Amino acid sequence: MTNTSTLPRGGDRSPARGSRRPNPPRKASGLPAWSIPYVLLVPGLLVIGALLLYPLIQMAIIAFQKVGLVQISGKKPATWVGLDNFTAFVDNDIFWSSLRNTVMFAVIAVPLTLVLGTAVGVLLHRLGKKMSLFVIIGIMFAWAVPPVAQGVIWRWLFDAEAGIVNWALNLLPGWFSTALFGRADWTGEPWLNDPWSIYMVLVICVVWAGFPFIAVSVLAGLKGVPAELYEAAKVDGATPWRTFWRITFPLLKPVFAVLTVLSIIWDFKVFSQLYVLAGTNNREAYNLSMYAVTEAFKAPPKMGSGAAIALVLTVILLIVTAAYIRQMFKQEDT
Amino acid sequence: MTPLARRRLGKATLNALGVLVFAMATFPVYWMVSTAFKTNDQIFTTDFIPFPTQFTLEHVQRVLSEGVAGHSIWLYLRNSAIVALGTIVIGAVFALLSATAVARFRFKGRTPFLALLLIVQMIPAEALVIPLFLSVKRLGLYDQLLGLIVTQVALTLPFGIWMLRTFVAAVPKSLEEAAWIDGAGRFTTFWKVLFPLVAPGLVATSIFSFITAWNELIMSLYLISDPTKYTMPVALQYFFGQKGTDWGAIMATSTMMTIPVVVFFVVVQRRMVTGLVAGAVKG
Repeated sequence: MTNTSTLPRGGDRSPARGSRRPNPPRKASGLPAWSIPYVLLVPGLLVIGALLLYPLIQMAIIAFQKVGLVQISGKKPATWVGLDNFTAFVDNDIFWSSLRNTVMFAVIAVPLTLVLGTAVGVLLHRLGKKMSLFVIIGIMFAWAVPPVAQGVIWRWLFDAEAGIVNWALNLLPGWFSTALFGRADWTGEPWLNDPWSIYMVLVICVVWAGFPFIAVSVLAGLKGVPAELYEAAKVDGATPWRTFWRITFPLLKPVFAVLTVLSIIWDFKVFSQLYVLAGTNNREAYNLSMYAVTEAFKAPPKMGSGAAIALVLTVILLIVTAAYIRQMFKQEDT
Repeated sequence: MTPLARRRLGKATLNALGVLVFAMATFPVYWMVSTAFKTNDQIFTTDFIPFPTQFTLEHVQRVLSEGVAGHSIWLYLRNSAIVALGTIVIGAVFALLSATAVARFRFKGRTPFLALLLIVQMIPAEALVIPLFLSVKRLGLYDQLLGLIVTQVALTLPFGIWMLRTFVAAVPKSLEEAAWIDGAGRFTTFWKVLFPLVAPGLVATSIFSFITAWNELIMSLYLISDPTKYTMPVALQYFFGQKGTDWGAIMATSTMMTIPVVVFFVVVQRRMVTGLVAGAVKG
């Protein structure tokens, strides 16, 4: 199953289908053979062009304009403001805290997701068949929960009054809790008020929902590694730790590269969970995604400024994606 | 310890770890579902009540009858279903055509097109929603589910093509050539030979798109303002910020929203991995 993707892609040998056929197509479709792939691509390209690339360019243009209520209603054309939307960032604390939140969140959540996911992937590989299936079904639940519902669930678990997290923290012996956190009674602890603890909950939420995908991907990769390699390592008396770094990691390096980049892209864009956990009123808890859309849509709308923030995020993601694509094509064409 | 005893112990440790992972992953989901069926007395307490001992359907009934923002949850479920189904119907046709092109033909511009598919997947919806909002308004599609469907097709198509192309490529070319030699035309070959064999892949791809569209929040949040057109993710927000949070209703709603995704997930889980990491896993 894991190597469906490495099956030879059709058409590798015949450059343009039918062009060198001894018997030309009987039912003439009226199209020259070379044009067929292009014709097939037209609808897809139209959608991508009109609904992804064109808006992307527009977004970049709007970033240099002022688009407020008057401009949205069409009463006035958008006015060019040059770099104003960007120079406004300099003294804008919310922009810098958003940028910091975005980067810090990814820096913490990505490695945690990858490490936990890989550990579970390796565990799944070593478990018996039935047990492995049991755990896979379990982690699939966490994976399948819609992002909005993920936010809802963790908001409830960390609820100040009736949340189960505060209940569990209250179970800790009083002296221990006091020594460690400086308090013994956790009832009413409002986790979702200040940015620091909001992001802690967000990290837990995203890691919880994100590790199953990593685990299942690593498992798929591990199944492709010849079992003899592990047997040989065992005979040589290698520790599991050594086996992982000497065999598993080097062989699965391409998988890890793709998983890392995907995780970075996803975690930089995290929106739904944060929207549910923090809401739009806590400006200090914004990340770039949140800031871009609230700036653009919250009254009074400032689309130009929102687009400028979105542009910053897009550029960051483009740089990361460039790495991703290089990795993918290294795999594809070799 | 004898080696056998040690191996048994190792196995027991592994199994214990497995159970721990299972519990860690499922507990929050279980907590959502069990809260949905607890009475308010059992929800709003500082005690730990592992099971809804006073099992109740009041929250489910309440969200189905009174609902959110004055409308039954059925309305929002229906809106979400319309958007998600519309997305996959339009998306599947487009994805199949493009996937056939890249999997079956070698042509100038094929590699750039594949690269394009990856690049556009990176574009954050937050960036697209601003210009799309302006366009949708100009085209009179604001507050229309159709406007939402169109944007969801765009968001899901690149991955759909990327995933489907591996399924098309997996169909042996000799089958089509055989049909060709037997005198079938291009369209017949496509419809009678390739399509049935790619159908399972098309289902998997469609389910993936369905899940994406069903879960999508940003577009639904900013391209729709009419409460009767809300989709589930947007409707769910409306339980917060009312006088006190109605956790029973929230959990009942999010459970209803989660069920279809879990069902579909079980169906396509393996395909999704191959689709996402395609090319990176060398057998």
